[in-house]
Amino acid sequence: MSTDTVALAFNRFGVWAIYRFEMARAVRTAWQSFVTPVMTTSLYFVVFGSAIGSRMTEVGGVSYGAFIVPGLIMLSMFTESIFNASFGIFFPKFTGTIYEILSAPVSYLEIVLAYVGAAATKSIILGLIILTTASFFVPLRIEHPFVMVTFLVLISCTFSLFGFIIGIWAKGFENLQFIPMLIVTPLTFLGGAFYSIDMLPPAWRTFSLFNPVVYLISGFRWSFYGKSDVAIEMSLAITLGFFVACLAVVAWIFKTGYRLKN
Amino acid sequence: MAPIISIRNLTKAYASGVQALQSTTLDIRKGEIFALLGPNGAGKTTLINIVCGIVTPTSGQVTADGHDIARDYKAARAKIGLVPQELTTDTFETVWATTNFSRGLFGRGPNPALVEKVLRDLSLWEKRDAKIMTLSGGMKRRVMIAKALAHEPEILFLDEPTAGVDVELRRDMWNLVRGMRERGVTIILTTHYIEEAEEMADRVGVINKGRLIVVEEKAVLMKKLGKRTLTLHLQEPLKELPPSLASWSLVLKADGNDLEYTFDAHAHTGIPDLLRRLSEIGIGFKDLNTKESSLEDIFVGLVHESGSTPEKLTAATA
Repeated sequence: MSTDTVALAFNRFGVWAIYRFEMARAVRTAWQSFVTPVMTTSLYFVVFGSAIGSRMTEVGGVSYGAFIVPGLIMLSMFTESIFNASFGIFFPKFTGTIYEILSAPVSYLEIVLAYVGAAATKSIILGLIILTTASFFVPLRIEHPFVMVTFLVLISCTFSLFGFIIGIWAKGFENLQFIPMLIVTPLTFLGGAFYSIDMLPPAWRTFSLFNPVVYLISGFRWSFYGKSDVAIEMSLAITLGFFVACLAVVAWIFKTGYRLKN
Repeated sequence: MAPIISIRNLTKAYASGVQALQSTTLDIRKGEIFALLGPNGAGKTTLINIVCGIVTPTSGQVTADGHDIARDYKAARAKIGLVPQELTTDTFETVWATTNFSRGLFGRGPNPALVEKVLRDLSLWEKRDAKIMTLSGGMKRRVMIAKALAHEPEILFLDEPTAGVDVELRRDMWNLVRGMRERGVTIILTTHYIEEAEEMADRVGVINKGRLIVVEEKAVLMKKLGKRTLTLHLQEPLKELPPSLASWSLVLKADGNDLEYTFDAHAHTGIPDLLRRLSEIGIGFKDLNTKESSLEDIFVGLVHESGSTPEKLTAATA
């Protein structure tokens, strides 16, 4: 077996080429990718921390400023994971350069690994930057660092997969914005990012439990403060379930060539 | 010798119902330059895109250097380079970055010396740090060729490689293609420029309405289907052809001043008999010239015979 054949069994050069290409785009747009979210987070602390935090000092024994940190990280990570992954695969479709990916000796799994890996990497970096930024504003503690990292990785990968699906589905830039703006962001705001669902009237609390984002934020917050709206096991199960569902959809897309191949 | 590309009973029907490719069987020989000619919508790009993995065939089988493009797609695609018709580039990338990207994508490890050679061969070395968006159309076309060559393919598809490029660049590209053939690369090109096929191809295939009409050595095709025309510039114009010339394929032109005789270039021409008969009936001529039909004439004839008008051809070859 030649060296080339071995290299192609798993096309590591191909995966690395796509991954590096995507990461280079983030570096080129570093201001938009990393600096803007930091500024936005700081503004959240100024607005929510100062305006609301002065009236609502603690939630479940955690200062309000610290309480909203996991939700803020999740909010940015959802948005950025979806944006990076969807744009990453949509743009080659839009410009036509997708021909090169489709004609290259890379498997579908390798394509997903590269695009989703790059988008998830950017999200994790962003999450850590926001965490660091937050530490300048509020006292933070992370009671379960391993669980925190697990959620960070799992959620960034899951939402990057979700973004990848949106990128393939989208026929135009408008489609690209549709699901993040009209579904994900409202669900995040209503998912306990800035409050505990225990603070809601019983009917709304029950209604909130149908929002999957509640489980993601609750689980992530538990890794910080050991307090959650729903059981941590349930949060992990829902996150994993979403991840598997996205994987299944991606597998179907590549099996059928949906909106990729004629 | 086994063909480097073997296409067997390949068909493609799009979801829209368009039958882009009817049952097509074709062998491409290793090391040859094969020109695929056909009017717009004939199925040229569909055929190429199927071989390259961009379009899924409805039925049929294709192998590239013995590797099935579906079952053994990685090995098959690693052998193939593609320069598509459209100028689709990563506009924000530099020439150097995008060429290296293509090499990696096709499973090859970094080789700066080789990439440098490719860029130098294409006169792109000075532009290696330039973003693609700053390049002219011709330079972008070169970048696309550089990307296709970066992984050292054994088979190169050039889909309308010189569409919209100036004469100088076209000549450069022809020289480049010839150089690649000398290095053993098999080249399949589609073109509207018949002179391009005539200039470079070893074999020619003509496709129309998804059907391969003819595949032949270029020289043999021109020999088989080529016609010659003898034009006699008459001393006195004729109002009509004398009945005694009815046995020759003659046409009066230029208000009766020219007598045009079309004949098979490789059979009995009948010219001596014609000239003798003209002399006998007192028709003199002051000058004459002959013209051999070009590949373009043959192509137009074939496409017309198969029931289509090559509307784009006229503009493209003008």
